[in-house]
Amino acid sequence: MTPQDHVLVIAPIKTERETELRRLLASMNSQPGQANPDNPIVPFGQFDQIHFARFVVLTDQTEEDIHTLYGLPAVHYPLTLAFFADFDGTADDFRADLAARAGDGLRQIFSFCQDFTSGTDLARWMKDHENPAATMYMNWRGRTVIEIRQENALRLQLECHIQRNQKAFSKMTPQQVHQALREFTTAQIYRSELKLDRPKRTPFGWWLRNLIHLIGVPVILLLLTPFLILYLPIFIYQLRRRETTDRQYAPRVSSCYEAKLGNLEDYDVTNQFTVVGGIKPGLFRRWLMSYLLWLMEYTTRHIYIRGHLARVSTIHAARWVFLNDKKRMVFASNYDGSLDSYMDDFINKVGWGLNLVFSNGISYPKTDWLVLNGSKNEQPYKYVLRRHELPTDVWYKAYPGLTVFDLKRNTLIRRGIDQAEMSDGEAKQWVALF
Amino acid sequence: MPAVDYKDVQAIVRFGFGKMTEACYFLVRVKNAAAAKEWLLRAPVTSAEITPSLRTALQVAFTRQGLEALGVPEKVIAGFSTEFITGMTGDPSRSRRLGDVGANSPDKWRWGYEDRVPHAVVMLFAYPGQLEKWKLSIQREFWSEAFELIEYLPTTDMGGREAFGFVDGISQPDLDWEQVRKVSRNRDQLSYGNSVCLGEFLLGYPNEYDRYTDRPLLDPTAPGADALLEAADHPGKKDLGLNGSYVVIRTLKQDVRGFWQFLDKVAGSRRLQRYQLAEAMVGRTLGDGAPLVPVSSSSMAGVGNRGDEATRKQDVRLNQFTYGADPAGTACPFGAHIRRANPRNADIPGGPQGWLMHLIHILGFGNKDLRADLVSSTRFHRLLRRGREFGEKLDPDDALHPAPENDSERGLQFVAVNANIQRQFEFIQNAWIVRTKFDGLTEESDPLLGNREPVPGCPFANTFSLPQNGRVRRRIMDVPQFITVLGGAYFFLPSLRALRYIAVAGI
Repeated sequence: MTPQDHVLVIAPIKTERETELRRLLASMNSQPGQANPDNPIVPFGQFDQIHFARFVVLTDQTEEDIHTLYGLPAVHYPLTLAFFADFDGTADDFRADLAARAGDGLRQIFSFCQDFTSGTDLARWMKDHENPAATMYMNWRGRTVIEIRQENALRLQLECHIQRNQKAFSKMTPQQVHQALREFTTAQIYRSELKLDRPKRTPFGWWLRNLIHLIGVPVILLLLTPFLILYLPIFIYQLRRRETTDRQYAPRVSSCYEAKLGNLEDYDVTNQFTVVGGIKPGLFRRWLMSYLLWLMEYTTRHIYIRGHLARVSTIHAARWVFLNDKKRMVFASNYDGSLDSYMDDFINKVGWGLNLVFSNGISYPKTDWLVLNGSKNEQPYKYVLRRHELPTDVWYKAYPGLTVFDLKRNTLIRRGIDQAEMSDGEAKQWVALF
Repeated sequence: MPAVDYKDVQAIVRFGFGKMTEACYFLVRVKNAAAAKEWLLRAPVTSAEITPSLRTALQVAFTRQGLEALGVPEKVIAGFSTEFITGMTGDPSRSRRLGDVGANSPDKWRWGYEDRVPHAVVMLFAYPGQLEKWKLSIQREFWSEAFELIEYLPTTDMGGREAFGFVDGISQPDLDWEQVRKVSRNRDQLSYGNSVCLGEFLLGYPNEYDRYTDRPLLDPTAPGADALLEAADHPGKKDLGLNGSYVVIRTLKQDVRGFWQFLDKVAGSRRLQRYQLAEAMVGRTLGDGAPLVPVSSSSMAGVGNRGDEATRKQDVRLNQFTYGADPAGTACPFGAHIRRANPRNADIPGGPQGWLMHLIHILGFGNKDLRADLVSSTRFHRLLRRGREFGEKLDPDDALHPAPENDSERGLQFVAVNANIQRQFEFIQNAWIVRTKFDGLTEESDPLLGNREPVPGCPFANTFSLPQNGRVRRRIMDVPQFITVLGGAYFFLPSLRALRYIAVAGI
């Protein structure tokens, strides 16, 4: 298995050159916000390890909220450029590859950043400007872009083969269908019409680190438990005091801003989403949020690695990253469907999970006991989200037209093809995948 | 909860005017605001109060442009929903989501685009033989001075069937007029039911989230506001939305000949197979509209609870079912029209369950079936449909004949009532009807309504899959587009009080 990794490079830009930068970024697109995979600046399509990537100029129209809601002075953060990428392999390899094959274009983009000069070592500079994710979710641990593409080609060829021989197939039992498709696949591989790579060996270092994390976190939790239990009454008091006084602030965004965001959406079956927001003032929220994201990171690393995050099976990849000394957070996700269905899905299926994390954000609808209400205030919740959302200047997805469910189905089909024998029940289920 | 004042609600929210088999809709623009207001003040708009002697009905609704033309202040209009303010065709990204691209693209529409966006729709309904007289009486006094007609939408009584030949309007949500339905914000509904909170269809009442949908609320001192009632959730504010709703109208042209001729070709000119294929696409039988999945033996909230004994029995036969009985889609394909438009699922898979199982489901586990949790909970996405057919009725078998010269256009004047256009009409149209990825499908949109526009990265967007029990699926390729959108708009359906407010606004 080849583990995935991710980077987020963030650097302040020369504010006066924002328009010019945005123009350059826009020139990489074939549709508004949709990267042309062959664009000459960063030809994402030539990197067959990149799942998703995006460039976003991080603005924040909610900076005044802390003043409005808490009476604290508003901080005006410098305008920054953020580059997100999710890829197969290690971050070091990725940076080096990027610098080698798209160095000129990246230099052109990063030259808009304040401390980037022509002599800068690109890979090094990127590494120095990286922000680690507090939580990273990737819907399927270890499935590479190449595997995704091969598995999709497999499914399409099998579907086509079934279609061409519909009459014969309609008479076969599931077992017979399975055998016939295995034969067909072997023949296609022999004719070089198909390629199904074997997964590579899991790097030992990664495997070991993952194992330590798998065991280490529960051990730490166990050790902490007595203290957490003692702290619980105080925690409840602190939480409830805040929950009863924190204020929601949910004005609807203007039709104009709505149209600006909408202009970047619904070209592919998947969409991007980038939000930035301030974290509620005080150590309590800061620590609570860090703690919850640390727990969540455990679940996304060890539990939710097979096509769904709790009940949601429409997120390809998502990450939560602290900014500015944990005063702010950026959340970026790649999800299937339009924003409305994404939000509805979230409210109804994992409203509690959203509340856990995002209720520590300024202006979020009022929660109770950390998981109740909050996002269930449907309309204010949607307004808050839209208001914190930023237009994503450039967004790249390596496999247009495929949803998380498509990827899962393709993987299950491929596993069936790899499997020599199946029980009748298994064969019936497998055949239903077509 | 105070009882609903039926005298304040336009009748279409409560009734389908089934006995008024004649109907037509005038789409008008305001030529002269003063005259229009005079006409509105005198218009005998029908309320939802039961009036047995009623033989005719009149309903009026406005677009954002219409409210502006009548002088409703900008600040008040800003209180309506974004989609109403922008309009059905006001934003290309909305058109993409609604599938209004390609042949459905608004720039090809007969009405509803740019200067052909109507200001108001005036809907007339009448008992057989009485529509012409009713039209004349409505168009008297101020009418011609007030309005310019931009489109006249006629309708035809096809005997309770839509143009393809299927029984229409079988499944409707059961509105909780008595306001006895209890929903909890934080508790999942474990089973599907057909009873829906009033607030999903009428502004000013709690919706399925136990919240009030946003709508314009006025200061009591605002001009004209004294005619309005107080908002239940904002004491001291006057509620312009109360007892009103939004109406979505779309003119859908149905290629009835194309539909049956395509199926005939696929079925090898065998009549029974042709019917079966059509039934699989719809999800109901051609005869009387019975569902393709078995009726459930246990009763269901909001099904078979209204009307006389025969009506109740019929409702149970036609609507007391979910797809829980057909998880593999072998009785009713996943992509069948009624399975898309109303997936009949609960908030969480697994049905009534113990707390531990519930917790396991909440965490996303415990589903044996791959598709168990793909579709959003139905109760937040319901529509009240009040559409009427238009054009000449064509028998399914006659549809196989080539079209004569000057063949009539036929289709549906789709009319839907909902309190939140985005979460109801737009969600259903986008996520369930147009989307090629609905419920784990991958290369097909709604077999009836889909636009078949290519989807980047997908080899097809025009197939229809029929899962087979114990066999590999059957798949129909190259399904043509059968339905084309010819027009459409979002309207605000005011209460009678709000109508009077509009009629005096800005004076």
